[in-house]
Amino acid sequence: MKHLIDIKDLSVEEIDDLIKVANDIIANKEKYSHKCDGKKLATLFFEPSTRTRLSFEAAMLELGGSVLGFSESSSSSVSKGESVADTIRVVGCYSDIIAMRHPKEGAPLVACEKSTVPIINAGDGGHNHPTQTLTDLLTISREKGRLNNLTIGLCGDLKFGRTVHSLATAMSRYSGIKFVLISPDELKMPDYIKKNVLEKNNIEYCETKSIEEHLPELDILYMTRVQKERFFNEDDYVRLKDYYILNKAKLENAKKDLSILHPLPRVNEISTDVDDDPRAKYFEQALCGKYIRMALILNMLGIK
Amino acid sequence: MNIDSIKNGYVIDHITAGRAMEIYETLGLKDLDCQVAIISNAKSQKTGKKDIIKIDQNIDLDFDKLSFLDPNVTVNIVKDDKIIEKKKLTLPEKVVNVAKCKNPRCITSVERDLDQIFILTDKINNVYRCKYCEMSLK
Repeated sequence: MKHLIDIKDLSVEEIDDLIKVANDIIANKEKYSHKCDGKKLATLFFEPSTRTRLSFEAAMLELGGSVLGFSESSSSSVSKGESVADTIRVVGCYSDIIAMRHPKEGAPLVACEKSTVPIINAGDGGHNHPTQTLTDLLTISREKGRLNNLTIGLCGDLKFGRTVHSLATAMSRYSGIKFVLISPDELKMPDYIKKNVLEKNNIEYCETKSIEEHLPELDILYMTRVQKERFFNEDDYVRLKDYYILNKAKLENAKKDLSILHPLPRVNEISTDVDDDPRAKYFEQALCGKYIRMALILNMLGIK
Repeated sequence: MNIDSIKNGYVIDHITAGRAMEIYETLGLKDLDCQVAIISNAKSQKTGKKDIIKIDQNIDLDFDKLSFLDPNVTVNIVKDDKIIEKKKLTLPEKVVNVAKCKNPRCITSVERDLDQIFILTDKINNVYRCKYCEMSLK
């Protein structure tokens, strides 16, 4: 049984294959419109997430399949005290594949230990979000034409931001990658990512609080939102939430072919005056999310 | 202070001073019928002081759990009043239900009947991580 819990579950070759299929889907949409006829995707969202859930559902619908599920735990048996293990066993009876999001870290791993159908982790707390990483990789590969020899700025909440942890892990497997880690002291990249991922793979990186300092060197600027739901103390959140605000003026010294990415939703960290800049790629990125999820669903269901 | 030698059983030696009670509790030694001696703050040439536990019975000792609790211990296996083996322990690859994950966001904090499993991820620095949320135990 194939599951996707962590981006590390996929080899570089498997990621390359998914990107290849996603690009083929983008070029030949009609060819894929009935690939999942009769198949059902269950989207189990124990924590609300409009974007990821809709992206999964749109992906399955465009493949000809159908979707079922819930969008928050209050509308599921969880509110009656049902365990993840039991929910998954039951949903496996009604669907061919499950995409699940859960606020507790490691919940998708519990699910895949009990599941009779493939599980896709659609985000577990501050831990993993592999399909966002696949989305980021497809976007970078389409914008830059490569996944190696890139200087990537990761900016904002690098402590709790699972997307940046997964992206750093995934990109560390490609050659010629350099990271600029831009965050306030309180939200710095955790040591275990720096030691076990970056240093272990001999990836060059530097840490800074200034977004302007290294901007002219960057090929990719990956902005993140400071997530309120990850803080136990609201005062800390209020103090840090607007630490970085990217606007048009700040981009003056950036490369002409910089790609600005953001996993969305954004709050204030990217000013809306950046949206019209040709370097703003975050809405293209959201679209890439649907296509890579289509490629992933096909792969996990074993459909060519 | 004199404590009787044992005939058949184990001497868990070189326990980090102050940790004997935790080992006694976690290994379930309080449930044994035989004599168990806990020696606290014994003199040690290597570390100044150490704890020792003597178990006067050949029980099924969980070496993995013991090594996870205190990797520095040595276990002397005693048969017919003689030490027949001095066992130096190695860290287990995995431990189940010995420690609890401290991450409040971990699924183990809410899911019923889920084992607390830790995996040895860094043998050089003795780092164990929760199987589910990957948070380090230390």
